[in-house]
Amino acid sequence: MDFSWGSELTSIRREAERLCEPFDDDYWSRCDEAHEFPWAFYRAFAEQGWIGILVPEAYGGAGLGTLHAGALLNAVAASAGAQNAASTLHLSIFGMGPVIHHGSEELKRRTLPPTASGELHVSFGVTEDDAGTDTSRIRTFARREGDGFVVNGKKVWNTKAQQAQKILLLARTTLREECARPLDGMTLFLANLDPDHVEIREIPKLGRNAVNSNEVYIDELPVSAADVVGEVGRGFYHLLDGLNPERIMIAAEAVGIGRRAVDAAARYAKGRIVFDRPIGQNQAIAHPLADSLSELEAADLLWQKAAWAYDSGEPAGPLANMAKLRASEAAFTACDRALQTFGGFGYAREFHVERYWREARLARIAPISNEMVRSYLAEHVLGLPRSH
Amino acid sequence: MKILVCLKQVPHQDARLDIDGAGTWIKEDGIKFEINSYDTFALEEALRIKDAGEAEVVVVSIGPDRVTQALRTALGMGADRAIHVKDAEIDGSDTLGIAKVLAAVAKEESPDLVLMGLMSDDGNASAVPPMMAELMGVPSATAVMKATPEGDGYRCERELEGGALEVVDLAKPCLIAVQSGLNQVRYASLKGIMAAKKKPMDTKSAGDLGLSGVVGAAGAKAQIEKIYAPVRGEGAEIIEGSTDEVVTQLVGKIKELGLL
Ligand SMILES: Cc1cc2nc3c(=O)[nH]c(=O)nc-3n(C[C@H](O)[C@H](O)[C@H](O)COP(=O)(O)OP(=O)(O)OC[C@H]3O[C@@H](n4cnc5c(N)ncnc54)[C@H](O)[C@@H]3O)c2cc1C
Ligand SMILES: Cc1cc2nc3c(=O)[nH]c(=O)nc-3n(C[C@H](O)[C@H](O)[C@H](O)COP(=O)(O)OP(=O)(O)OC[C@H]3O[C@@H](n4cnc5c(N)ncnc54)[C@H](O)[C@@H]3O)c2cc1C
Repeated sequence: MDFSWGSELTSIRREAERLCEPFDDDYWSRCDEAHEFPWAFYRAFAEQGWIGILVPEAYGGAGLGTLHAGALLNAVAASAGAQNAASTLHLSIFGMGPVIHHGSEELKRRTLPPTASGELHVSFGVTEDDAGTDTSRIRTFARREGDGFVVNGKKVWNTKAQQAQKILLLARTTLREECARPLDGMTLFLANLDPDHVEIREIPKLGRNAVNSNEVYIDELPVSAADVVGEVGRGFYHLLDGLNPERIMIAAEAVGIGRRAVDAAARYAKGRIVFDRPIGQNQAIAHPLADSLSELEAADLLWQKAAWAYDSGEPAGPLANMAKLRASEAAFTACDRALQTFGGFGYAREFHVERYWREARLARIAPISNEMVRSYLAEHVLGLPRSH
Repeated sequence: MKILVCLKQVPHQDARLDIDGAGTWIKEDGIKFEINSYDTFALEEALRIKDAGEAEVVVVSIGPDRVTQALRTALGMGADRAIHVKDAEIDGSDTLGIAKVLAAVAKEESPDLVLMGLMSDDGNASAVPPMMAELMGVPSATAVMKATPEGDGYRCERELEGGALEVVDLAKPCLIAVQSGLNQVRYASLKGIMAAKKKPMDTKSAGDLGLSGVVGAAGAKAQIEKIYAPVRGEGAEIIEGSTDEVVTQLVGKIKELGLL
């Protein structure tokens, strides 16, 4: 067994770190507080071809796998930008997965090259208020009209919808009641976010505020048949095989944030003198950080194993879910311990740990809550009766 | 046109440095390394010459296996070929030993131009470039801020004290050791990194270069006796506050001490 990263993955990590260097904590604090999309950061990565890391070479990308994308996003999340930085790139890198795997040749040729170059921004439109985690209950509906469709409904939490020209939209094309199975009858569209038919409202939220998430109201939005991704009625299933890589990447990102927090805390604990000694000399400070270090290392190995499994065509569901669960918990705990290490200053914005803490909270909820991950593992790995 | 760029891999500027057991170097285990910052400017200069016309850029680095990463990065940025000089026998070489190794590589490659950094971030000796030029028998210039093709060589502007520049003309083949900041160093693109995998990297030993027994600790005229962290002195005053407050106080202090 060989755990070494080899030259290509190491180069990816190093170059990502170098590209992140000019964007320091103050830059990200400013973007976060002003709710400003970090264009300079985004362009720096787009210009060097990083957005296309997963896009096949035939469509202008690098055609690399989950392990490579994870290495990139892990390094980015370990930079001062934490989840803000990772999310800035994440959606552009990962979001078009269903088009890559299920899109028509024409759709791919039209949309993948501008995705790889970073020009085309696509929001991800699955979640709805009333459906929540039970995707079968979505109500956004696409009715047939002529050759195409007309969509009505409302989506929620659509990240980057303010910047996106398009949205990967899951809508019912057959009512749930009329389907053989609850998850049938949904179709995936790569729809234009046409301002004449779409209203976008930013959701004020706890953190990761450089990257907006929104409510999207859709009113009589026309979508051409050419913009259907994959088969009509099979939309949910087309999304499914993108879920594992997304979980793996979220795990890689979470580990990065956790590591940044622990490193910051260790530096601080060495220099901060209270009661005539560095606070890090107290085991009450040192041991929790050592625990986090080891928890993050374990999660780091787990996402890499999951990525390796996915990239080599092995079953990756259990590993991807376990990686996401362990990494998101380890990362939040690490940020919380780091914040505690900083004492009152941890609560102050100036030291940035509170920003990491707010951002690390997210991965325990989205893109899938850790409760649902546990339910998955209980049902599909342990063979326990389904709870929902 | 062939350009040889000498790269040293040094501890990353943010790496935590602990002194090793012998007290003569730092512990290298587990720390992050990067290309010596001065050398990145040299590499960029070489790549610009390549971009402007026909040139082959060959990068060379001496060191253990870890330095292949620095070479791969350079290949990712656009260098064509790499030479990794790896030999435990070279360990403990002084600046002259390193210059001998690099000059031997240059002799095999016979480049029209050697580009390298003025000094290394870790050693700060600034000795290797002139020694190497001497061993090669070619003209050289150090602390070069600008190099422009001129006749059969380069017109170099060297940085002197007090903002003055010295202009020297070097005929090819020649060696130019650059000052930092003379250009904006590029990043390796993702495609560049992927292409780097397929570019050739040769490994050479001291023996391959005809230097067995000549380099390394045995042949060194200078040895590191001891490295240590400076002892914390007394009487330092730390000025705290916002930037404005700090600046005001600092200026006040300087005036008070009659330093201005
Ligand atoms: C910042 C942010 C960005 C997002 N970006 C996007 C995006 O770009 N596109 C998109 O489509 N969505 C996005 N989402 C939505 C995200 O995927 C959902 O929030 C997530 O899937 C959880 O769904 P919900 O919020 O409706 O929670 P609910 O489904 O209402 O769940 C609420 C709580 O109940 C628990 N729960 C529910 N059912 C069960 C059960 N059977 N057993 C045990 N516990 C249960 C959940 O675990 C959770 O703790 C984003 C969310 C956030 C916060
Ligand atoms: C929002 C806010 C409001 C506040 N309001 C006030 C106020 O109105 N008036 C006021 O006077 N102060 C106020 N404070 C300050 C607050 O009381 C201090 O932040 C708190 O006492 C911790 O001190 P510190 O921040 O200097 O942390 P430090 O003393 O630097 O401690 C840092 C960390 O080291 C740990 N630590 C330190 N020594 C040891 C040890 N020997 N063993 C184990 N662990 C140790 C601490 O538990 C902590 O986790 C406020 C703070 C905040 C955040």
